[in-house]
Amino acid sequence: MAENAPAISVRGVCKDFGGFEVLRDIDLDIATGTTTCILGPSGSGKSTLLRCLNWLEEPSVGSIRIDGKPIGRTGEGKAAKPMDRRELAAARTRIAMVFQHFALWPHLTVLGNVTEAPVHVLGRPRREAEEEGRAILARVGLAEKADMYPHTLSGGQKQRVAISRALAMTPRVILFDEPTSALDPEMVGEVLGVIRELAREGLTMVIVTHEMSFARDVADTIVFMEGGCIREVATPHDFFTAPRSDRAKGFLFRS
Amino acid sequence: MNGLLVVWESRDVFLLGAANTVSLVLGCLLFSIPLGILGAVVLMEASAPLRRLLAELIDLLRCVPFLLLAYVVYYGLPELGLRLDSWWAGLLSLTIYTTAYLAEIFRSAFFAVAKDNIEAAHAFGLSRSLLYRRIILPQVAITAAPMIGNQVITTIRDSALLMIITVQELTFAANFVSANHFTPFAPFAAAVGLYLLMSFVVEEGVRRMERVRKVRYG
Repeated sequence: MAENAPAISVRGVCKDFGGFEVLRDIDLDIATGTTTCILGPSGSGKSTLLRCLNWLEEPSVGSIRIDGKPIGRTGEGKAAKPMDRRELAAARTRIAMVFQHFALWPHLTVLGNVTEAPVHVLGRPRREAEEEGRAILARVGLAEKADMYPHTLSGGQKQRVAISRALAMTPRVILFDEPTSALDPEMVGEVLGVIRELAREGLTMVIVTHEMSFARDVADTIVFMEGGCIREVATPHDFFTAPRSDRAKGFLFRS
Repeated sequence: MNGLLVVWESRDVFLLGAANTVSLVLGCLLFSIPLGILGAVVLMEASAPLRRLLAELIDLLRCVPFLLLAYVVYYGLPELGLRLDSWWAGLLSLTIYTTAYLAEIFRSAFFAVAKDNIEAAHAFGLSRSLLYRRIILPQVAITAAPMIGNQVITTIRDSALLMIITVQELTFAANFVSANHFTPFAPFAAAVGLYLLMSFVVEEGVRRMERVRKVRYG
């Protein structure tokens, strides 16, 4: 079943914060090897949905599966039980994340950030992980920064380290939460360039972004959200040239 | 001149007193640092009743004069059937007192660790124990070093009060020499010098941590 299962499947996910519904009955499948961009106005629930996918936010109801395996809760419907911490941690190793504000570990070197979870969570031998880590850093153009500390890097470099940290887990899926929103304009390009390269290599990625031309260029699928609902799922061509919903039209014209 | 001679001739007494002070403080830190970390973890993670109980206990300890605590341990506990000799009673009271302060220091340093890099640790599947060992505590050791250093110096000073319960530490030694030779100034000045020396060692340790912090955090 895992072979045909989508990389991520979301079923009936709702999330409310103290009575305010942020996500309403979300269903979504993400196919393996595709890049999905989630677009939508601020407050539409896109980041919350993304953060539900690795259970950083706990959906009030609904289920999420990564490669056919549940995350966060086991069992269906009324019989669903929350995973214990160890099960949840194991499930999270299959889904890596890149954060808006990088969230690098400041006390570790660049290479230390990249090898931390592979060595201590996945139990890979340190030398092997370091070799692999250096290779990944070279791929994103940061080979010579491996032994520096994060505070010495520019925002664009930090975000490329964060992407390397995610890649080092060889995850099934990488989630990107507005990866360029905290960057100076001249650094946006270098980060988008790396993500574009990964899309070409066929990684499965889900990206929350406000970069319209990037989304149009790189995505296989556009998910448009508004008011906590998915209003449209379309190819970039269809979405940007002929959006079906009035809300998407309004969103595109405004931006 | 005469006083200095007295100090020199009583150097064994001073050295023994200083050794006792150092061993009391080191012994205290050996226990109170792990206990302080444990206390801070409980303050952060435990269920509300346990958390509140510990917070109240820490507040209580921080209100009690150290000397009173030492009295209770040395003179009070035997009534409950626990009789400790003066050195162990001193160590126990220093440890209890220092742990209360260190738990507060560690708790505030835990809070200061950026929420987003804790969240990243969760997202990458680090267990709770890895989160503390690999992410939180190394950062806390660096950022809290100056406050921990201050607390160690306070502990060194507090240890002088233990002479009242007959622990033969440095102040006790200075008092002993001065009383036996009727020369108060030089013996006490020598003790002050030795306390200063200990503080310098602690401050040098803090300075080194500060250099580590500069390299890593800018």
